[in-house]
Amino acid sequence: MIDDLDYQLLAAVQQGLPIVARPYLKIAEQLGLDEQQVIERLARLKKLALIKRWGVVVKHRQLGYRANAMIVIKVPMSLIDSIAAKICQHSFVNLCYQRPQQGERWPYNLYCMIHGKDRDTVLQQWNQLQQACELSQYRSEILFSRRCFKQRGAIYHPKP
Amino acid sequence: MDQLDKRIINYLQQGFPICASPYRQIAETLGIGEAELLTRLETLLADGILSRFGPLFHAEQMGGALTLAAIKVPEQRFEEVTEIVNAFPEVAHNYARNHALNMWFVLATEHREQVASVIADIEQQTGLSVYNMPKISEYYVGLQLEA
Repeated sequence: MIDDLDYQLLAAVQQGLPIVARPYLKIAEQLGLDEQQVIERLARLKKLALIKRWGVVVKHRQLGYRANAMIVIKVPMSLIDSIAAKICQHSFVNLCYQRPQQGERWPYNLYCMIHGKDRDTVLQQWNQLQQACELSQYRSEILFSRRCFKQRGAIYHPKP
Repeated sequence: MDQLDKRIINYLQQGFPICASPYRQIAETLGIGEAELLTRLETLLADGILSRFGPLFHAEQMGGALTLAAIKVPEQRFEEVTEIVNAFPEVAHNYARNHALNMWFVLATEHREQVASVIADIEQQTGLSVYNMPKISEYYVGLQLEA
């Protein structure tokens, strides 16, 4: 379903879209295609979900989001989907995933991320989340980031 | 960064049109000129407020894999282990966190089977155990940060 040209196109756009009036035309010229072909192929790749999202990548620290908390909770597997659904109703929660427990050394199975402007705000939000979703009964931890060493998007190389 | 920059950032986090003149379409929605939008975007990228502008790929759909991994690094070895881990091109993000499990990173590999070998290499080079926590379910991803 995906041909070599699609991979070339993904490789051409992954470093970022040119900031010119006709960005897809510029990419088309690089690949020897016409603009309409580029637009149609990219729209198709998005529809096929190879492109998950198309937009900007913000550096959250630059926008003043300095408190980045990962919250991990150990919830019963039978309730995990319903608890996650409640958590996701809170707009300050940015991500929510189920991940495998690592035995007793790391028993948590539900992860959510809160990006906040400062630590106190995030702690208040966590408090609010615990009450609204009745999480206090479960074992949980909140891990704030101290430093970010590396932040980049995943890079893919086109298949030959 | 002024109010207009903030509006631009907030709007663009919702997506980007795939059409012949995408910037003009956005500029019209925001009620500004296309040239002004282009200039401001260049400045926001140059200032490092935006890191990139374009597609985010779906790793699994591309045949690759993503996982979240963590290591308990003895404090005195933290710098050394950071260097080892960050040298792997598959490491996309790496955060120090306030916990005994103090190093958290995301691995993004081009092929599914590479995750295990990268983890084995990291364990071998650091002498430390890597916790591997790939996602089982994604309940929500809405990483939109209001500027």
